[in-house]
This record gives sequence, C-alpha cells and structure tokens, in this order.
Amino acid sequence: MPAKKKESADSVASATRVTAGGVATAPRLAVRKTYKLFIGGAFPRSESGRTYVVADSKGQFVANAAQASRKDARDAVLAARAAFGKWSGATAYNKGQVIYRIAEMLEGRRDEFTALEVPAAEVDEAIDRLVWYAGWTDKLAQVVGGANPVAGPYFNLSSPEPSGVVAVVAPSAPTLLGLVSVVAPAIATGNTVIVITDAPRVAITLAEVLATSDVPGGVVNILTGSAAEVAPWLASHSDVNGLDLTGLADAKLALELEQAAAETLKRVRRPAAAPDWSADPGLAPMTAYLETKTVWHPKGL
Amino acid sequence: MTATISPLSEVTRSDAALRTFLHGLPGVDRVGADARAAGLGTRSIKTTAKAWAIDLAIRMVDLTTLEGADTPGKVRALCAKARQPDPGDPTCPPVAAICVYPSMVPTAAAALRGSGIHLASVATAFPSGQAPLKVKLDDTRAAVAAGADEIDMVISRGAFLAGRYLEVFEEIVAIKEACGSAHLKVILETGELVTYDNVRRASWLAMLAGGDFIKTSTGKVAPAATLPVTLIMLEAVRDFLDTTGRKVGVKPAGGIRTTKDAIKYLVMVNEIAGDGWLDPDWFRFGASTLLNDLLMQRTKLATGHYSGPDYFTLD
Repeated sequence: MPAKKKESADSVASATRVTAGGVATAPRLAVRKTYKLFIGGAFPRSESGRTYVVADSKGQFVANAAQASRKDARDAVLAARAAFGKWSGATAYNKGQVIYRIAEMLEGRRDEFTALEVPAAEVDEAIDRLVWYAGWTDKLAQVVGGANPVAGPYFNLSSPEPSGVVAVVAPSAPTLLGLVSVVAPAIATGNTVIVITDAPRVAITLAEVLATSDVPGGVVNILTGSAAEVAPWLASHSDVNGLDLTGLADAKLALELEQAAAETLKRVRRPAAAPDWSADPGLAPMTAYLETKTVWHPKGL
Repeated sequence: MTATISPLSEVTRSDAALRTFLHGLPGVDRVGADARAAGLGTRSIKTTAKAWAIDLAIRMVDLTTLEGADTPGKVRALCAKARQPDPGDPTCPPVAAICVYPSMVPTAAAALRGSGIHLASVATAFPSGQAPLKVKLDDTRAAVAAGADEIDMVISRGAFLAGRYLEVFEEIVAIKEACGSAHLKVILETGELVTYDNVRRASWLAMLAGGDFIKTSTGKVAPAATLPVTLIMLEAVRDFLDTTGRKVGVKPAGGIRTTKDAIKYLVMVNEIAGDGWLDPDWFRFGASTLLNDLLMQRTKLATGHYSGPDYFTLD
C-alpha cells in the first residue's frame, strides 16, 4: 500500500481534518476505491482474485479494478438467467419506468462521470439515449408486431418476445455513451445482459447508478477485464442466447466469437462498420434480440 | 435378527441399557465438526479427477421424485432418464436407483426391468412416520411385494426425542424383518434431531437395529443433508465397522444440487470413512436436480464449453 507516498497538494488540503475548536489534526488517510465486478446486483471481487491497474489519460495510476475470469462469466450467466423470468415478465410500462429511473439517477450523478474524464456532452447524450429507450418499451410491440391478415376465420397475432441472456462486448470509446447504447436496447426489450468492458471506472460507476435505479439484480451484469479472455466463454456458453459484437474492434476475435456462437445458434449482432454512437440508433439494436411469437386464435362468428 | 452382534448384544436388552449405551457415546464437538467439514470442502478436484468424481456421483444418484403430484407418466420419464441420463452421450453411466412413493413402485418396476437399476420406495408413513406400527409394516410389505428392492423408512423422531430408544430400535427391527431381502435405509431426519449428539446416537441406534444404510433426511424438512451431519454419520459407520465387522452405507438426501457440493461429499467420504465407501453400494445421493448439474458439468469437461439447462430434460 502506498501509505507513505506523498499525496498531491489538493488531496492533502481536502483531507486535513479540522476539529470543532479549529485545531488542525493529522491528515486522514485517503479512502481509495477498488473497482469490482457487478454480478447479480452485488459487487464481488473476481473469483480468480486478480486485479489490474487502471491509468488515467496521462498514464497515471488511478485505481485497481477486478479482472474477470471465465468463472465470473459463468456466475454472471447464472445471475442473468435467474433474473430473466421476472424482468421479461415485467410489463412494458414498468420496464420503461425503470429505464427512465436510470436516466434520472444518472442525471443526479453526472459529476461523478465528468470527474472520470467523460465529456459533459457525452453524459447528456447518454441520459437522453436512456430516456429514448425508456419511451420505446411500450411502443415496440406495435411497430414490430401486429395483427396479420390470414385466409381463414382466425385472429393471427405476432408479438415480439425477448431472446434471453445476451452477452455484450462494450465499445472502448465513447465509454459512457457506448456502454449505455449497447445495454439499454437489450434490457428495454426484456433481455438480461452480461457486459464485458475495458473501461472499469465508468462501467462500475454506471453499475452504482443501476444498483440504485430499481433495476432488479442480475438484469445487468458487468465484467471488467479482457474481452479476448472472457468473451469466448460467453460466446460458446449454451445458456447464452445472444451476442452483441457491435463494440468489438478486433475483427479476428469477432470472427472467432461468431463461429463459436454459431454452435449454439445464438443471435449475433455485428454491423459491417463501427457505428457512429452519437447518431440515431434506429430500431436495429432493439430488434436484434427479439423473437416473434405468432398466435392463431379462432374467430367467433 | 442381525442386530444382536456379540460385543454389543447386551446394550439392546432393555431401554435402560440402550439409553446408557447411546448416552455413553462420545459427544460431538460441534465447532470442530463444522470446521472439519468446511475444511474438507475446500479441496480442489480438477480435470481427470473431476471427470472420475462426476461419473462416480452419477452412479451414486438415487433419482428421486416424492411429490403428491407424481403421475405414472412422470415416473416412467424419470426411469428412462435413470437408464440413460444423457441421451447424447452413450458413455454416461446409469444412476444407482430410482426412489418413489409405494403407489408408483409397480410403474417404476415395469420401466426399470432388466436395467440393473435398483428401485427404492419410501415407506412407513413417509415423511412424518407418525402412524401405528401395523400400518408401517403393511406399507413396507406392500412396497416390497410390488417390486421395490430397497426400502427407505423414517424413524419415529417423536419417540426418539422423548427418549424411548428401545421403541425406535424395535420398530426398525420389525421393519427390517418385513423387508425380507430388500435393503433397508433408515432415515434419521437430522433436521429434526436438533443436536449433533442426537445424530450420532440415532446413527448407532439404526445400525444396531440392522439398517443397511443410514440416510440423513426425507428432503421435506429444512435443513436437509449438510456436510457436518454427513461427516458424523460417516464417522459412525466407520466406527461401527471397526467394532462389529458389519459395513453400513450412508445416503445424504435433500439440498445437494450442484456438482461442487457432490464432490465435497465424495472428498469427505474418502477422508472420513475411507475409499471402501466410494461405491454406489455404500454411498448414495438422494437427489433430483443434482443429476442435471452433474450432466452439465460432464458435458463441459467433454466439450470444453459451458452447457446450459436447455439441453437436458426437466425432471
């Protein structure tokens, strides 16, 4: 522990304790944060016990973060699967409320993100994106589902249903907007997600927002560390139903993951070109993890 | 009657003698037993040892369905699963036995014919055991007549806790006689016995009375099987073999759901009782959901990627 390390001037100033009588005492010890994983609504360390050093944009040490292993991925799948029944069964209106609540909480904690070098404009965009997806939860069924005309005395109705557990590789940049842009569409449609990210500070701070937003534990699970190490286990996992590679820049790894996912017939999303994260995302991120259920019902005469 | 083995023949002469003997057994150090069980649970079993342990655990499963809603169709489906737990992999061994209520024994017997899988039936007013002895004996005889070759009986916990040890002893002796050639497993229902000392006493009582297996629980009472309770029972069968020369099996039942748990039990069997008990004839798991987890782990080892519950039958 760097207990004897010389503190920077501002942290000493803010940490100097002044008693009620106005007498300055010894500077208090800085409470540093170790960024952990977010699995099933809790913040566990990696099962492997590993951590890695996170540096800021100038290359300075800022924190240690948990480095997820394949067993963390397996635990995350169990948590996501356990959460799926309740979340997919929640009403569209309720899902919209919860996602709107994420936006509210993010608004209240915007300073935490700007302190992590996220531009203020990007925080705004991330909040707006959440509100946009919150609005879609109870409208998507009318757009992609519907009543089909059939040649017989039947009502024929198609309705979109969530696929299940979706594994997502979050883009390296933009950190916050990219993360929100891949998580929100999947949960808005009733899926539960496991996100792999290499931006632990922003991702785990967002997890703290999610944990206080009425998002049920396990609906969003965040693994920090190397996509190359963890993603293949999720791509080949038989209890994962979808794989979002939109944020993965490594084309060779993406191809391998696609091939592994084909073994278990996962729905894979991998646009030809990296998207412009600020642009209107359209419906594709939401429809990627929907399955259409069609019901025939006899018509009374 | 096999119970009156020479060095211990005196202790079952009277209620007072039996009480003196059972209360004379060494007390169980609760903290020590818990710590020992927890310590054994931390052993790391990997790769080929894990593969061996998983196949052994599958061969030790008493695949159980004890629900009011059991139907002949469900029992037949379970029997098919017992014969071939993983239809996608012919190298997967069958389970040890099927465990059902007496009314389902004829259905299960027909479905298991020729497979070599044992057929266990609970009897004696399972799970409470609160019925007259005559009813319990008839229950047992009916199950054996219908084709069960293993009987899982419950002891009268009421009588045991009230201190009427000889009554419990004589009841087990009578049921053993009614079993004929069928194996008798004696369920202690450790969740209702309150103390570890009582678990040790009940284990000895059941073994003295001629039980072929001692079983932790019915699965209807929480807590069901736990590692420390099974540890005490394994110590009891080990000591009983040393004292009398007769070997008794152990069956933890209820609450064992994951491969990790099952392997912890196997480690404990090896360390406490010895590898002589690492055999389906001497150690069983009473379980229903455990089997699917064992199959998923088995598939993971074979294919190299994690398996999911969608690929295995519901029970």
